[in-house]
Amino acid sequence: MAEVKKPRIEVSDGALIPEKGEKATFTAWRISFFGAMALLVLLPFVSPHPYRQIIAFLPDGILATFEVTVLSIVFALFLGLITGLGRISRVKIINRIATIYVEVIRGIPLLVQLFYIYYAMGKIVQVPRLVAAITAMTVCYGAYLGEIFRAGIQAVPKGQMEAALALGMSRWQAMRRIILPQTIKIVLPPVGNEFIALLKDSSLVSILAVADLLRRGREYASKTFYYFETYTVVALVYLVLTLFFSKLVSLMEERLNRRAP
Amino acid sequence: MLPRVRILNAHKRFGKLEAVRGASLEVQKGEVVLVIGPSGSGKSTLLRCVNRLEHLNSGEIWIDEELVSDPHVDVRHIREEVGMVFQSFNLFPHLSALGNITMAPRIVKKMPKEQAEAVGLALLERVGLADKVKSYPDQLSGGQQQRVAIARALAMNPKVMLFDEPTSALDPEMIKEVLDVMVQLAKDGMTMLVVSHEMGFARAAAHKVIFMDNGEVIETGPPEELFSSPREERTRRFLKHIL
Repeated sequence: MAEVKKPRIEVSDGALIPEKGEKATFTAWRISFFGAMALLVLLPFVSPHPYRQIIAFLPDGILATFEVTVLSIVFALFLGLITGLGRISRVKIINRIATIYVEVIRGIPLLVQLFYIYYAMGKIVQVPRLVAAITAMTVCYGAYLGEIFRAGIQAVPKGQMEAALALGMSRWQAMRRIILPQTIKIVLPPVGNEFIALLKDSSLVSILAVADLLRRGREYASKTFYYFETYTVVALVYLVLTLFFSKLVSLMEERLNRRAP
Repeated sequence: MLPRVRILNAHKRFGKLEAVRGASLEVQKGEVVLVIGPSGSGKSTLLRCVNRLEHLNSGEIWIDEELVSDPHVDVRHIREEVGMVFQSFNLFPHLSALGNITMAPRIVKKMPKEQAEAVGLALLERVGLADKVKSYPDQLSGGQQQRVAIARALAMNPKVMLFDEPTSALDPEMIKEVLDVMVQLAKDGMTMLVVSHEMGFARAAAHKVIFMDNGEVIETGPPEELFSSPREERTRRFLKHIL
């Protein structure tokens, strides 16, 4: 029968999200997650000094990392959706702008973009560090997410748009009611990966002296010279966070698949 | 009386390829017209020009007094009046059978939810799927999906229904259930323009058969006449292949 094959973007590059039914990956996830958790709990007992102090010092940083990550991903999703729609727009000028944005941003390292927005642009408008950090992350990830949305929209079979138009829907109605709901299911795994990548990349904002997890760790370590201990805890906390979110994404994915087959 | 659908000297090009070259045909109100012809003869393209999924390069298409091929026409209004059934069904996979049917009436015609659902249920009953209201497309067989697709098009209460090879993607045992629905629809007086090679349907329901080749209408006639004693050599040769 025609068209039973469902489109799907395969993203194996750097994918932390465990595939359903992949027993080995699942076990690896468990070992990593619970191993890291166990270390975080045990270390303060085994060696209270300096681990208790370190763990008391970091929560502010975790909050800042969260703030940067969540705000950036929310704005980036919004920007990415607009960019994705722009990339498939039949209006030439919109299409061109979206394409140039994607090409330019993807061609510049995130670290350079952070410097650029805070220091270079700072010559013109001085914005708070946190705002600069979130702006840079949003602009950068908006471009990547834009490409994911574009691919996701294009992965919906052409017949869907045709059927919707043939029923008298406008292009926008068809996009909103027919194409995008299907796109969400297709893009969820790669968007989840971007979210996790963004969480990790958020450590770059410490370079602007935003007091995120890494920055707090650095402050503590340079004060006390407990470099090994501090960065071990910092790394473990990042690991627990990313593994937690990767699990969350894979659960969401499963639920979406179950609800609307 | 004015025909429901009138196509006059239609031309459609895709780049260098001339898919339709000067085709003309008429479908009267309540008439069922079957279009046959080899693949690439432009029959689907012609069909897609009627609801403006494609736009003619020259020529005219009329539905009643409306010039469909006018570049400034309200395309959405045209499509509201023309139902279309596709070869690959194109049901919306994220919506239930009922959801597929009620979506367009609700957002295009702004029909209240209860009313749209009543219409949807009645239509599902009409195509024999009253028990599949809540099923999603991938839980339905091909034949069932196509019947839902027919119900979906009917929900807009169209003046004319276009069928683009509605049974070509189906397994043989499912063809009949779809054709039965189409024959019933024809008996109920729906105006239908059907691209298909189903001889059974032609004999049971078609008033007129049109043979197209190379983007042109070669021959038109009542089914029994065109099938048993075609006038044109090209028609004869084609029929030898499919009969």
